[in-house]
Amino acid sequence: MSPSAFEAVIGLEVHVQLRTETKLFCACPNRFGAEPNTLVCPVCLGLPGALPVANREAIRLTVMAGLLLGCEIHRISRFDRKSYFYPDMPKNFQISQYDRPLCLGGGLEIEAGGTHKRVRLTRIHLEEDVGKSLHFETTSGVDFNRAGAPLMEIVTEPDLSSPDEAMAFLLALKQILVYGGISDCNLEQGNLRCDINCSVRPAGSSALGVKTEIKNMNTFKGVHRALTYEIDRQIRVLRGGGTIRQETRRWDDDAGATDSMRSKEYAHDYRYFPEPDLLPVELTEAQIETWRADLPELPAARRARFVREYHLPDYDAGVLTADKGVADYFEAVARSCGNPKAASNWVMTDVLRVLGEQGMEIGHIRVTPEALAKLIGLVERRVINMPTAREVFAALFEHGGDPETLVRERGLGQVSDASAIDALAAQAIEAHPGPASDYRNGKAAALQFLIGQVMKLSRGKADPRLAAEALKRRLGIN
Amino acid sequence: MSRRSDGQNAIASGAAEFPMSDPAAISLYELGESLAHGDCSSTDIVQALLDAIARKDGRIHAFLHVNAEEALSEARTADRRRAAGEPPRSPLDGLPVALKDNISARGQPCGCASRILDGYRATYDATVVARLRAAGAILLGRTNMDEFAMGSSTENSAFGPTRNPWDTDRVPGGSSGGSAAAVAAHMVPAALGSDTGGSIRQPASFCGVVGLKPTYGRVSRYGLVAFASSLDQIGPLACDTRDAARVLATIAGPDPMDGTCVDVPVPDYEAALRDVERLDGLRIGLPREYFAAGLDAEVERAVRDAADCLAALGAELVEVNLPHTPYAVATYYLIATAEASTNLARFDGVRYGHRVEGADPIEMYLRTRAAGFGPEVKRRMILGAFALSTGYYDAYYLRAQKVRTLIRHDFEAAFARCDVLLGPVAPTPAFRLGEKLADPLAMYLEDILTIPVNLAGICALAVPCGRTAAGLPIGAQIIGPAFEEGRILRIGAALEQARGPFRGAPTL
Repeated sequence: MSPSAFEAVIGLEVHVQLRTETKLFCACPNRFGAEPNTLVCPVCLGLPGALPVANREAIRLTVMAGLLLGCEIHRISRFDRKSYFYPDMPKNFQISQYDRPLCLGGGLEIEAGGTHKRVRLTRIHLEEDVGKSLHFETTSGVDFNRAGAPLMEIVTEPDLSSPDEAMAFLLALKQILVYGGISDCNLEQGNLRCDINCSVRPAGSSALGVKTEIKNMNTFKGVHRALTYEIDRQIRVLRGGGTIRQETRRWDDDAGATDSMRSKEYAHDYRYFPEPDLLPVELTEAQIETWRADLPELPAARRARFVREYHLPDYDAGVLTADKGVADYFEAVARSCGNPKAASNWVMTDVLRVLGEQGMEIGHIRVTPEALAKLIGLVERRVINMPTAREVFAALFEHGGDPETLVRERGLGQVSDASAIDALAAQAIEAHPGPASDYRNGKAAALQFLIGQVMKLSRGKADPRLAAEALKRRLGIN
Repeated sequence: MSRRSDGQNAIASGAAEFPMSDPAAISLYELGESLAHGDCSSTDIVQALLDAIARKDGRIHAFLHVNAEEALSEARTADRRRAAGEPPRSPLDGLPVALKDNISARGQPCGCASRILDGYRATYDATVVARLRAAGAILLGRTNMDEFAMGSSTENSAFGPTRNPWDTDRVPGGSSGGSAAAVAAHMVPAALGSDTGGSIRQPASFCGVVGLKPTYGRVSRYGLVAFASSLDQIGPLACDTRDAARVLATIAGPDPMDGTCVDVPVPDYEAALRDVERLDGLRIGLPREYFAAGLDAEVERAVRDAADCLAALGAELVEVNLPHTPYAVATYYLIATAEASTNLARFDGVRYGHRVEGADPIEMYLRTRAAGFGPEVKRRMILGAFALSTGYYDAYYLRAQKVRTLIRHDFEAAFARCDVLLGPVAPTPAFRLGEKLADPLAMYLEDILTIPVNLAGICALAVPCGRTAAGLPIGAQIIGPAFEEGRILRIGAALEQARGPFRGAPTL
């Protein structure tokens, strides 16, 4: 009876908080982490008589997202009221967009398991966020700081077919939105949340199975685990001869399972109608073109340009462009020092290593791109050698500052005085006659040992090239 | 220069007698002159009005709340400013006005005559209130209304009806019945009301005062507790057109807090009221549908007399048609209720106002809203929610919006042939308390001549034009194109000047 193989059909509704100064319909700051109910006003509290006024920047960011994702932009779009009662909803209707969203269509290229795939988008619309219910021992409260925050909803077509693809989609989407300055996509702060629609069907079938919806996922790992569980659950039900019920389910992260949210038996009627307090949003062609001209370079394009412009290996370019902050940092260093290869080496090794060790974002690093560029210059001009440069970098990472000042103050400058180095070379040969005679007898490797001794005597400051020359001269090779 | 010559009213003339006389029998204009000449102080005026309220309002019930202490304190401040030689902040400086109970003023109750807002005090000023305060006006009190402005008689107030000062067995009209009655009974010289389907004009007509419904977008709605967002406008109720013009000039103009408030300059409305002896070249349209069956004979006579009076001043009368008028009431009761069903959703007991506890939020909502709202409000919310439901939206709400467009086109076509329209405000004079309560539809039809103006978003003025044999006031409605408030006020002023202002004080 039951087919031997099933495939999953997955669609996502991704809610993204926009990076704006103020909320969507009032002048309250759009900020995370303040004391409850301190970022509120009559408008976002839904007090009697208050009216919404649309935030132009939120509209711009949504259109930018639409342009980055290849959507069609509606010249005239509209806000609508979506009615339902919930204690965290100040007006008991949410201002959202129903049949005239800002953006329509579009898509996103993803790569999962070595294959490329285009995931189509249905639409992107703009709506207001709700407050947050807090439950105490015997009472509940609502924090309205988040109420009215601008929220962009990106709806995909059911084009995803595995937890890995869903994960890849979310990562690619996040990368683009961060690149575009549209959202910080900070998962801990709830900047990005998603609802999952999931069904399964016999492999190769074109009919859709009955879907379930898993609400309010706020980690990518959670999405992956929930989907893995839910797909397996649905297949088990069908294999066991059961049927899937269309329902809303909740992911219990501790139990590692989804369970039915016991929603009421009646379907919601949101009674959408055009929001009479807001005029339709009209966008001129010229306005959209101005915004299009402002579009940032996307990761894939930037990676290709790094290969072309800086002659970096493709792999290195990929590492450098994965994070917009890192890519910006690299470009600033490369332009400032004029040596992209050295800049790339420093960023890929030392910078990314310490960031990884410290769990730090590039935005918080104390070593400015200008400082790193100067450091690279010091090495190039042989003022210091690499080991000293790493020491200086570590000091800059701890305290910030200017590398040239640091080198001068700490007397870290390389010893390039030929006579001083010659004296050290003489000392080294005298102290280690064995290796000296080995070298004279043609054992080239012995020279490295002697150079090391000169470096040691100079406390790391000797120019190794000059040390080699002095040693060779004294050992009669030249 | 005083026009205190109207023989019909009982105003004591001569500032010397003030404040012994009834101060609110004098207009904002005249009170302003008295202040300027030092004949009386703001404190005298406020105290005299508080006395008048104490004396009369037991029988009228125009006020839900009187700001006695604050008003006196603000009056003393205004007097000190004047004594210190400061120039007046505006023509309203130091003069009292009343607010309908659905307009927010920081620190004051704003209950919309509803139980559901028990204990709620506004935490911010409506834009119109901020502008009145900046102009130096004194907020005397809050006037009674139909609950959430839903009604045409003020009988839907949760706190008992207001009575018509001309006949206390009759209604003052509604929903701004408290504002109209307070002005008519000389308890305040002017008040703000709100007009969604006639709620300023019809009570003005029933109480014999001037009432102006501005163009949608002329006055900010920020701080007005919404009934039907696409129809609501705040406007003045006053003794005469000059006072109405002064109040409008103070409250009108663009507001960044209201996206539907239009950035059109506010003209000098008072200037439009000068030199109204002749109206040559003016074309006044008389809509046939506004003089149709069902119109009270005395009302028709008075309005036609007003038309003839204006014609005698040189205006040309033309008959016009507004063919979609019969559909206006049905259209209105779909759009207004749909918007109201969502606007009133926020009154849930969670954050403010009345709350009846329940085992869970759903039960709390049900109990709170069952106890907090009156029957008319519930009726309209249910009607509105139904009109927006899946499967009915196209047939009701969407179709109503299309008819609304046709009604707007009716007016555009009419204004191609005339400058203003003239008709009755309401089909009847003030009716008796309880007369229409049992029949909501009869009550809805009361607004048939005012609703089309709200649907079209244009402006209209109610101005007294006569009395019935029983002495009840009759109002004429002058309808103008969008942002032509100056034009309709001018014609109202011409009528006042030619006919006498019908300002008399009812005996109370």
